[in-house]
Amino acid sequence: MKNTVNVHEVNPAFTDRRSFLKISGLGVVGAGLLMAVGCSDDDDATGPITDDQLPGVRNGIFDLGAGDLGILSYAYALEQLEADFYTKVVNATGFASTFNSTEQTVLTDLYKHELIHRDFFKAAITGALTAAGLDPSARLLPTLEFKYGTLNFSNRDQVLATSKALEDTGVAAYNGAGRYITNPDYLLLAGKIVSVEARHASAIRSLIRPDSADFAGDDIVAPSNGLDAAKKPSAIIPVAAGFISTPFTAQFLP
Amino acid sequence: MNIIKFLEAFTSETLTTGTSSRRESFSQFGKFGKNMALAAIPFGLAAVSSKAFANDIGPTPATPVGALQFALTLEYLENEFYAKGLASGVIPGGGREEKVFKQIAKHEASHVTFLINGLGGPGAANVPAKPTFDFTVGGAFDPFNENGIGAATAYQQFLALAQAFEDTGVRAYKGQAGNLISEPQLLEYALQIHSVEARHASEVRRIRGLKGWITGIERGAGMPEATQAVYNGENVTLQAGFNTATQFGPGAGTEAYDEPLNTQQVVDIANLFIV
Repeated sequence: MKNTVNVHEVNPAFTDRRSFLKISGLGVVGAGLLMAVGCSDDDDATGPITDDQLPGVRNGIFDLGAGDLGILSYAYALEQLEADFYTKVVNATGFASTFNSTEQTVLTDLYKHELIHRDFFKAAITGALTAAGLDPSARLLPTLEFKYGTLNFSNRDQVLATSKALEDTGVAAYNGAGRYITNPDYLLLAGKIVSVEARHASAIRSLIRPDSADFAGDDIVAPSNGLDAAKKPSAIIPVAAGFISTPFTAQFLP
Repeated sequence: MNIIKFLEAFTSETLTTGTSSRRESFSQFGKFGKNMALAAIPFGLAAVSSKAFANDIGPTPATPVGALQFALTLEYLENEFYAKGLASGVIPGGGREEKVFKQIAKHEASHVTFLINGLGGPGAANVPAKPTFDFTVGGAFDPFNENGIGAATAYQQFLALAQAFEDTGVRAYKGQAGNLISEPQLLEYALQIHSVEARHASEVRRIRGLKGWITGIERGAGMPEATQAVYNGENVTLQAGFNTATQFGPGAGTEAYDEPLNTQQVVDIANLFIV
């Protein structure tokens, strides 16, 4: 897919990555703000989506669409990012010397899990579109391209910090998207994946600071009530977009 | 005031107020308790009486309130387990383990309070009584070194039970998601607890020298046979028709997905520890 129009202001990639990490670190605050906003019943009433809210290209740019298909497409975009990131991590020059054996095992497992998640969503969305009589070649989110700015994939601290941000963001994204899923089968599938993302986040945090409570630290699990972060797509996408060079929009997601 | 409006009122007024202390937040939640208990009745849910929990627990109704009651019982179990573990002296002090289990204990205590308040506050009709737990399972284990098995062995048993409880918790919350789909805010809260249980599970497993994720139905080295029910059914490789074993084999394929346990399966596991 060739894109000619960018839908968002593209900042220098390094700045994007920094802001991504920064925003991720504010997960608890972000979740609190979302909870403060609350949610009218109308927000949850996604209802049947109309034809003009299907995933697909609008004005030359792919839009994720509304409803369950929109949420699935959103998850597919995030899993594409994670899969691409870990593919670059495990294939980077010096992987075996940058990371100790424990870290290599964890990162290689994450690489495998995220590729499986990515390809699962591609298959699941294709199946859902086909079952609905829709054309996957027009409605399936294309393969995205990514950018990492000055991130050095042979630098242990940079890779683990980015991994932590991606996994924490993935957990908050799934936690915040669950309420918009109407099909219980899709909800369960998202549930099967989000707990693995949380296991990842915990392990990466533990690798960064092993002798600490960071695996479920007060920065991400609110100490007042023991709840993990949950963020709406509109809070996640602008942040993730810092890594994604293929433009797409999410006009119909909350 | 329905259950959602109630929870929104609470979250907007207290959870996000920086000046509100934790205690104030909880007492604020408590003030809504009576409203909550009344609000829950229109759901048509039979309140689970305390008698039902006097001995073995039974399955909770497949409803939003039933799901919260079910979750609370599991949190009671975890909360008491970690509180006793920290008080017992079997957890090595001053290092990673103590920090980890203090953090986990803090979360489980918060989850108990959060769920009690969500069900109407202490003493509300919808709040199940805390069961009486026996973490020795009739003397088979001695995780708090109460029977003199020795601190080192007791700690290994404590770790094994912690892993079993956390991995069970992840699967149990997942199994309740469908019961909460009609109440989006409750579903979201449950998801926010669910992922915390998964963070705990990963860390406890890694302290025990295992991977943070579950491979097939492997309960892992050193886990008692009695915990196998926690892992049975984790070896699913077909997800919505997609074969997760194709790329990297069934190990990675099953690790990438956690499977749910239904209410009865979790009740059967929990009843091992309820007298």
